[in-house]
Formats: sequence, structure tokens, C-alpha cells
Amino acid sequence: MNSASSEMSYRDAIREAMADSLEDDATTVLLGEDVADAGGVFKTSVGLVERFGRDRVFDTPICENGFVGVALGLAVTGYRPIVEIMFSDFLPSAGDAIVNELPKFRFMSGGQCNVPVTVRAIGGATGRFGTQHSATGETWYSGLPGLKVATAGTPQAAYSVLRTAIAQPDPVLFFEHKGLYGVKGPVVRSAPMDVGTAEVLRPGNDVTIVASLLMVQRALRAAAELELAGVDAEVIDLQWVRPMDMTTILDSVRKTRHLITVEEQVQLGSWGSSVIAQAAMEGIALDAPPDAVTLPDDLLIPYSPTLEDAIIPSATQIAERVCAIVGVAARG
Amino acid sequence: MSVKEGRVHVTPSAVDRRGWFERILAIRFFEEKVQELFMDGLVEGTTHLCQGQEAISVGSTAALSDDDYMTITYRGHGHALARGMPPEAAFGELMGRTIGCCHGVGGSMHLTDFSRGLIGSFAIIGAGLSVAVGAALSAQRRGDGRVALAYCGDGATNIGTFHEALNMAAVWHAPVVFIVENNLYAEYTPLQVTTAVTDLAQRGVANGIRSRIVDGQDVDAVYEAVLEAVAHARGDEGPSLLEMKTYRFRGHSRTDPAKYRSAGELEKWLERDPVTLLERRLRDEGVLSDDEAHEIRVRVQKEIDDAAATAAASPPPTLDAARAFVYASRELR
Ligand SMILES: Cc1ncc(C[n+]2csc(CCOP(=O)(O)OP(=O)(O)O)c2C)c(N)n1
Ligand SMILES: [Mg+2]
Repeated sequence: MNSASSEMSYRDAIREAMADSLEDDATTVLLGEDVADAGGVFKTSVGLVERFGRDRVFDTPICENGFVGVALGLAVTGYRPIVEIMFSDFLPSAGDAIVNELPKFRFMSGGQCNVPVTVRAIGGATGRFGTQHSATGETWYSGLPGLKVATAGTPQAAYSVLRTAIAQPDPVLFFEHKGLYGVKGPVVRSAPMDVGTAEVLRPGNDVTIVASLLMVQRALRAAAELELAGVDAEVIDLQWVRPMDMTTILDSVRKTRHLITVEEQVQLGSWGSSVIAQAAMEGIALDAPPDAVTLPDDLLIPYSPTLEDAIIPSATQIAERVCAIVGVAARG
Repeated sequence: MSVKEGRVHVTPSAVDRRGWFERILAIRFFEEKVQELFMDGLVEGTTHLCQGQEAISVGSTAALSDDDYMTITYRGHGHALARGMPPEAAFGELMGRTIGCCHGVGGSMHLTDFSRGLIGSFAIIGAGLSVAVGAALSAQRRGDGRVALAYCGDGATNIGTFHEALNMAAVWHAPVVFIVENNLYAEYTPLQVTTAVTDLAQRGVANGIRSRIVDGQDVDAVYEAVLEAVAHARGDEGPSLLEMKTYRFRGHSRTDPAKYRSAGELEKWLERDPVTLLERRLRDEGVLSDDEAHEIRVRVQKEIDDAAATAAASPPPTLDAARAFVYASRELR
């Protein structure tokens, strides 16, 4: 394993995580709509069919439930499929496979099989894709024992969390954010890690900001703004929704005594609510009520660029909400 | 039979067919015993019995090799038993005991047994079909000559996944055989109320798949048709769909008195009881004597009764055991 870090875009990190997984294990295959010759609608699999051949990288018909079912069939007979879902919004079309088949299959069989399927869902707003092509959806399927759910907010996480997901003997729903594909950062080609690890991206003492996907980048920018206001924020990339790394998160909260979560979903059913609930149940003393920065509950994601920008939390909005709980006047 | 033989017509031996008679009786007696166990409170919840459809189980599994794959449905007792699952493992599963094929956590609708290639049993309509296509693709990639057999009902031909699976099988030339058990009803609703075609084999044709209508009451006919379809699949000649015309003699599930049948319908189909048909034919052909038939009946009935007693003596699983079935990765156990 090459431990040197190289500069890479989030998109390239996704591709490299798949390429290295395909290279390491000849049973790994990639399937989905337009993933082979077209290299994926978001160009995340460019070059893979040329390198690994058509038996291992192949296009499917447009039938999400059907081809996730095919991945399950491949998985329980010796393969390790990666399935691309072009937009997270299409996950419900594979709803039966994701809710009833992947998570329940091993259990119902009394542990007779492993189900090493990774479903990669490409989600997220800011691309002006409109109401049916902009959801993230990382908690839609988080209440399902048997499933693991992961996200990535940095190029490094795109590589290492996806590598880890593919190496799992269990089904993993892995969320990418299409607004991050161009983001560059250092990437170490790490070996698969443990599941359920959140990553502290910026250590700080005054407030814990936990974020997922694109909101990780915005939280990091918010932390830079907050520094100017004299607030030392700790920023954590949630990475795994199930299992969730409550240890890392709550240790941070015990230190900072302030908690704010940021995600591109509405509050009801958000992972942020679960983090806040857990902090409360563990009786963690806070110096101010916690906050959850989310999408508005009374709107859907609109196409209009002006409106889309207005509802997706910006770095400045995150910084303002942090200032409100730490009791500092926001700058600017 | 070699993998590349193509269209084959292997005549089953007298020994094979006497074995079929034992198997079809075992399924019939098993299903009747399940009803008894319900009354005794040993089986709870729901069950979907297959009396009337047993010829499909026996004939189709007889045409498979040991390492072929199968996906079945909630109406799967017959298929699992025909595939060789010991009756105590099936009873144990219905009773929720550790001796069950899935250690008692699956229940009546989930008779999975990987050791017999029975890689999935589905309580969601249509779901097993695409999983079978996936298993067929893995055989195709390995080139090991295995075939996947996927069962579904007539009602299942209306759900999207059915058509998705057929299309994928056709376009990828997957070595899979779809068996549609057309018993004329989906739960309590007759086929013509929900479905604009009466011959469901048409739906295979529409998806570019070689399709045939088969007499699902006749073990020999089922065997011959499945053998041919399996040979096609093994010979890299692609998938097939076989519509088995059949009928279930009991209600859809335990609580269904089947009041929706038209007058005389059941009686007409009972004349074509697959157990009687096979027995009569074997006797007519001199394959089975009256004494042999009697001896087999008594022996199989005892085996079924003993298996139920063995299963009932097995303990239920523990929550800790069940917990270990959720995730394969050690860190989450
Ligand atoms: C997706 C889904 N919808 C509905 C049901 C409820 N259900 C169970 S069996 C059944 C009828 C299926 O009929 P058919 O496919 O003809 O099979 P049969 O029961 O006759 O063997 C229905 C509607 C289900 N299990 N799954
Ligand atoms: Mg039916």
C-alpha cells in the first residue's frame, strides 16, 4: 500500500477507491447505468472498463430494483459488487432491494451467507438539478439493522470510506455528493479501515460542528470565519451514519460543551437529531442548547438558482448559528 | 449429462421415478402435517401450502444438478423438500427451532439452504427473480456450467421486478430458468381480474426469452421441460421461461377458506391431483406395484411424523444467536 499522499479530486478519489478494490480482489465488479464505456454520468468510472474488462465493469438496463437484486445474487454466490445509483433520488426505485433484501438476507437465512454489496448513491444539491435530482438521503435507510450507511465529505474520505465500504462482508449504502467532485485535497491510499469512524478534520475547543457530505466543506469554511471571530471550532466529518461514531463525537462535545450539526436534509429524521438525542441521553452538560442546521421543513429543493442557494446552508449561515450558541457576535 | 449437450431428453429410470413418488408424497404429507401442527399450536403466524402444485417441485428439482442455484418464494416448502432439505430442518424452521434450516429465525416463508444451492427464499413478490439472474451471472463469469432456477407465481408476473429480471436475463444471456407457477389466483383474486393475458408464457416471449407452457400437474412433463430449459442454459443458449399450469387445493394462506372459487372448479382440478396422477401412471406402467405403493405411503408418513417430533424437541434459538446473524463483520456483533 502506497502511504504517500497525493493531491486528488473527490471524483478521482472515488474512481481510485474502486480501481484499487477491483485490482486487489478479482471478485469485485462494478455495475450500473452508463458506468462502462461512458465512464459514469459523473465520470466516476472513467477508464475502468478498459482496465478491468466487460465482465467486471458493466452497464445495466434502467431498473434499479432489478439490478440491485442482481448485485445481491452475485454477492451471495461469490462476487463483491459495487452498484452505482446515478442519483440518490432513484434509491427508492430500488427500495425493496435496499430495505427488504440486502439488510435482511443474511439474518433471515440464519447467517448462512455474507452480503458484500456496496451501493454508491450520488446525491446532493447546489448543481441546479431540480427537485428530483438533488437529494442526499443519507438517513433515508439508516434505520435498518443489517445495513451499513456511509458518506464522504473530503477526497480522503471518498477514498478511504469507499474502500472500507467495498471491503465489508455486509451491505453498505455509500453516499457521495456531486457538488464535491471537483474538490481537491491530499489523499493517502489507505487500506480499508474500521467501519463507523468519524474523522476530526479540524481540532478546536469552543464548539463541536458535526457535518456530512458537502456540509463538511462548508463547516470547514465556517470554522475559518469563526476563527476570525475568536471561536475555535472542532469540525468532524460524520462519515458513517450506521454505525455512528458516537464516541468521537461525544468526546468532542464533552470537551467543547457546544454542539451543532449540519446536514443537507430536513430536521425530522436527520442524523443530527440522533446525535443531539444521544448527547442528551448521556447527560452531557452543555453551556448552551444544541442546534441542528438543516434544510427547511416547509420546502422542497427548488431549481431556481437563487432559491436553491437560499436554502442550502452556507458557510456564513453555519458560522452565524455557531455564534448564536457560543454567545459571540458574528462578524460581518 | 455434459454441460454442452444442448437439447437433451434423458429418460428417467424406474428407480428415479419411484423416488419421485416418495418425494411427492413427502411434500403432500408434510403440508398436511403443517395444518395439524397449527392446531397443536406448534406452528404460528402464517403458512402458504402447496398441495396441488407438488409435481412442479419434484419434476423441476429432478432436472437440476446438485450445485445449481435455486430461488424460491414463501410458497416454498415443496421446493425445499424436493431439493433434499431434511423434513426436520423444514419443520424446525416453521416451529422456530434451532434445528430449522435458518435456525428458526426465518420461518415458513424462508426455507433457505445454501448447502443445497437454495440461495434465497423470498416473501416479497418478484424479488427472487433478479437475485437468480445475479447468481446466473456469477456462474456465467466463472464458466462453471451452473444454472439458476427461479420460481414465482402468476401474480408475480405483474410486478416490475419480474420484467426487469426477464429483460436482464435476456440481454445478458444469463443461464437462468424462470418457472411461473400459474395457479390462477394471487391471494384471493383470480388471474383475469388483474392480468390481461391468460398465457403468462407470452410475457417471456415479450422479453425475448424462449418460453413454453407446461402441464404443471404432470411430474414427467415438468421434468422434461425443465431438463430441456436447463440444458439450454448450460449450453450457453440463454434463459427460458416455463409457465406451469397448476392449481392450489388449499387457500392462499392458513386463514383463507378459498370461498372465491367458482362452483366445481376445485373438484375439476382434484381429478388432476399430481400425486394420484403420478401414482396411477407408475402403476399402469408397472413401475410400482400396489404393495410397493402401500409400503412407500406408510414409510413416508412415518418419516414425516418422526421429523415433526424431532423438530418439536429442538429448542428455540437465543437472541444472542440471532444477533450474530445481522452483520457478518465481527466489530458489530
Ligand atoms: C411486493 C408484495 N406485494 C404484495 C404481497 C402480498 N402477497 C403475498 S402472496 C400474494 C399473491 C401472490 O400471488 P402469486 O404470485 O400468484 O403466487 P401464489 O401465492 O399464488 O403462489 C400477495 C399479493 C407481497 N408479499 N409482496
Ligand atoms: Mg398464484
